[in-house]
Amino acid sequence: MTALRDSFGQALLALGAEHPDVVVLNADLASATKTSLFAKQFPERHFNCGIAEENMASIAAGLAAGGLSPFISGFAMFTAGRSFEQIRNNIGYPHLNVKICATHGGLSVGEDGASHQCCEDFALMRTIPGMTVVCPCDDAEARAAVRAAYELNGPVYLRFSRSSAPDMHSNPDFPFAIGKAEMLRNGYDVALIANGLMVSRAMEAAGMLAKQGISAAVWNFATIKPLDEDALKEISTTVRCIVTCEEHSIIGGLGEAVAAWIGENHPMPLSRIGVADVFGSSGKAEEVLSAYGLTSDHISEATAKLLHK
Amino acid sequence: MTTAEIYELKLLACKVRTDILNSIHTAASGHIGGSMSAADVLVWLYYRQMNVDPSDPGMADRDRFVLSKGHAAPALYAVLAERGFFPVEELSTLRKLHSRLQGHPNMNLTPGIDMTTGSLGQGISAAAGLALSLKLTGKSSRVYALLGDGELQEGQVWEAFMFASHHKLSNLCILIDRNRLQIDGQTKDVMNISPVEKKLESFGLSVQRIDGHSFPELEKGFSWAETAENGPCAIVLDTVKGKGVSFMENNAGWHGKAPNDEEHALALLELEEQMRILKEEHYDSIA
Repeated sequence: MTALRDSFGQALLALGAEHPDVVVLNADLASATKTSLFAKQFPERHFNCGIAEENMASIAAGLAAGGLSPFISGFAMFTAGRSFEQIRNNIGYPHLNVKICATHGGLSVGEDGASHQCCEDFALMRTIPGMTVVCPCDDAEARAAVRAAYELNGPVYLRFSRSSAPDMHSNPDFPFAIGKAEMLRNGYDVALIANGLMVSRAMEAAGMLAKQGISAAVWNFATIKPLDEDALKEISTTVRCIVTCEEHSIIGGLGEAVAAWIGENHPMPLSRIGVADVFGSSGKAEEVLSAYGLTSDHISEATAKLLHK
Repeated sequence: MTTAEIYELKLLACKVRTDILNSIHTAASGHIGGSMSAADVLVWLYYRQMNVDPSDPGMADRDRFVLSKGHAAPALYAVLAERGFFPVEELSTLRKLHSRLQGHPNMNLTPGIDMTTGSLGQGISAAAGLALSLKLTGKSSRVYALLGDGELQEGQVWEAFMFASHHKLSNLCILIDRNRLQIDGQTKDVMNISPVEKKLESFGLSVQRIDGHSFPELEKGFSWAETAENGPCAIVLDTVKGKGVSFMENNAGWHGKAPNDEEHALALLELEEQMRILKEEHYDSIA
């Protein structure tokens, strides 16, 4: 189990050692987002913007226009949410090379409650032309995603859940590519298409479904945009139905992206596991995830229901 | 600066105002008031102040300009065209479908544009980021950012000022086009921003206030700005919205309105008359 903000902080530190053009910005959350590791090692390339997320996004645009590779960091709510228009106009429209790194995404923020539980960031970021949107599922993938984001010339949104995630990749050097989905388990009745912390839950659900005689494939769609259409072609020709799983609103995220592609290209039954059109609540992360329907039980129940329709 | 040099700049500003008028009239859309108020400082920047090369718009050690009040794009386009960044004839494509001259500046389309702007309050932050990048990469280039006075109502502007002061961005020069008008009327009535200089000073900026339409004052103001060592400086430019066309001057109604054919003809006559007088005065001065 690893908290992905630790993976992010360490990956950033490694990247900083290799590339002098990497600069890091934060908005009074260096310790919470673990950019403090980079700040300690490279104080001359770390800039605290204070509690001013909008300014941070636009400052990063200027740094990128000056030839540097800025990584901005903060909680998803205040990075993708508060600074949406700065990201859209200052970073997205001029397609500047800024990496937007959001920790504390989704309901697993827990006790802080709905004001801090960002379940809208995929939707916001996906609608910006040219924006890449990635939500890794574990330590190895989080590290690989940070590196891949650096190597991609253009804006990237990286989202990390707050909860610790179990390792889904035994080999830390597994092949990761932005825009490439990964099949973690083969199956022919249903495909569970997940990202972030829902990947491990989808794997658990697949095990539960197997006991009921249901063969479930599990796909990790870490990249929400650009959507891996080749993988969707493969999936849609091998299974009878699809269940999407994400720690995000069912509106505008991975589920809707997949549903739109399936609806237009290969219609089949589909169900979305995610946060319904409601705000979250305080509580322990696991309690909140359970109360809002984001567990392996919910995935397996939704799948059984879909297959028996 | 000699009288002849001042004359050249005045003549250029008059040309630029004619370009602004014509391009906005052709587009039948655009922000003429704030373009006219900014014309003189833009002429100064691109002809006397900044290290730029029209044949190499991306020159690494160039000075940068960010039009934070992006709606004054017609003025910036006119100056860039007159300076040779692209053909003057192209100004007639302003705001047309797929034109390089979009309604607000786009750094990826137009030669000479250093930052995409248009959403108020953001350009100054990007300018501060640019200034920081130049410092980090050891370049001695400077960044100039022009803001509208109404734009000071955006909270992000003050976040940017705080950042620029905190990081001692002495290579950043902030210009405020203080024409005292915004879409809904006078700034003092819509949302009072006074006292501007005191507010700027309290955010750690060194401030001077000059007549933004006087080239000798612009020369003085910018020479002072070059001496800034400890942090960013700001020049508040007292200007007149719609400057150069009598019926547009100091009239908020001309913030974002294009002149019709009749108004265009009248305005053109006024600018031609100013040009004629300028040439006459110049002839007298060298005779």
